[in-house]
Amino acid sequence: MAGVRFGIVVFPGSNCDRDVAWVTRGLLGCPTRLIWHRETDLSGLDVVVLPGGFSYGDYLRCGAIARFAPVMGSLKEHAARGGYVLGICNGFQILTEAGLLPGALVRNANLHFICDRVGICVERQDLPWTSAYPQGSTLTLPIAHGEGRYTCDPDTLKQLQDRGQIVFRYAPVAPNGSVDNIAGICDPSGRILGLMPHPERAADPDLPGQDGIPFWQSILRSFAA
Amino acid sequence: MQFQAQIQIHLRPSVLDPVGAAVQSSLHQLGHTQVQQVRIGKHIQLQLEAPDAETAHRQVDELCHQLLANPVIETYQIQVDPIGG
Repeated sequence: MAGVRFGIVVFPGSNCDRDVAWVTRGLLGCPTRLIWHRETDLSGLDVVVLPGGFSYGDYLRCGAIARFAPVMGSLKEHAARGGYVLGICNGFQILTEAGLLPGALVRNANLHFICDRVGICVERQDLPWTSAYPQGSTLTLPIAHGEGRYTCDPDTLKQLQDRGQIVFRYAPVAPNGSVDNIAGICDPSGRILGLMPHPERAADPDLPGQDGIPFWQSILRSFAA
Repeated sequence: MQFQAQIQIHLRPSVLDPVGAAVQSSLHQLGHTQVQQVRIGKHIQLQLEAPDAETAHRQVDELCHQLLANPVIETYQIQVDPIGG
C-alpha cells in the first residue's frame, strides 16, 4: 500500500510543500521527492503535486510565471504518459495558467483573503482522489486564498458539468464567489486534479480536522488496485 | 529600431471585477454618484528592439498572449511607438 511514489514541486514562494511531504512521507510512509522548479527529472514518480503557496510572489497573476518553470515541460510529459497530477491552491492556479485544466482563478468576490474551514461536497466518488469517501460526503476542509474564485466561460462550464469534471463544490455556498460553487475540477481523464481546499492540512490525527485523510487513502487505494 | 510599447490589460466584461466595484462604491460615497462601470486593469510599459513598427506590434502581441495577459479572463490593447524617431 505504501508504494506510491510522490513528487512535490517546490517553486520559489511555495509554502505547503512540506505540509504535503509530511502527509505523503510522514503519515502515509510513501517515498516522496521534493523537486526544485529548475529540475526536469520526474522519472519514477506516480503522483506529482504542485503545492500551495505564492509561487514567484504571485506576480502578474497567480501561477502565471510558475507556468514557465523548467519543471513544467516535464510535468506535461508526465501527464501525457498517464501520470497523476495534483494541484492544491496555488498549484490549481498554476494548472489553469498552464492550460492543463480549463478556466481561471481570480480575486475573491468579497476581496478578502479567506482563511477558514469550509464545507466541501464530494461530487464524484469514482476518482483516484475520492474513492475512499462515502457517497454524498460533505467535508470540512481548510482554505486559505485571496484568488480562489473559479471562473470560466459558459461553454466551458457546461462541458465541466456534462463530463462530470466538477469534483468538489463548496457547500452550501462558495465563500469566494466561484461559479457553480466550484472548489475543484479534474481533466476528462480524472488523472489531473486541481482544488483550492487543502486536504494536506486536514490529515494529521493530532490535528482537529481529519477530513483530508480519505483523500490521500484514495490515492493509495487506486495504485493498490 | 527602439520601440516603446504601452499595454492595457482588462478583465473581460463577463468577469466580475470586485476591485472596480469597490472603487465605484467608494466614489459614490464621496458624492460622485454620476460614476458608473468602474473597471480596474493593468498598464504595462516596455521597450523593445525591432526592425519596424509592424514587427514590434506583432512581437508584443505574442508576449501578451504567452505571458502578460491570460486570454481566458483578460483582453488587452497594444500601442507601439518608436523611441526618439
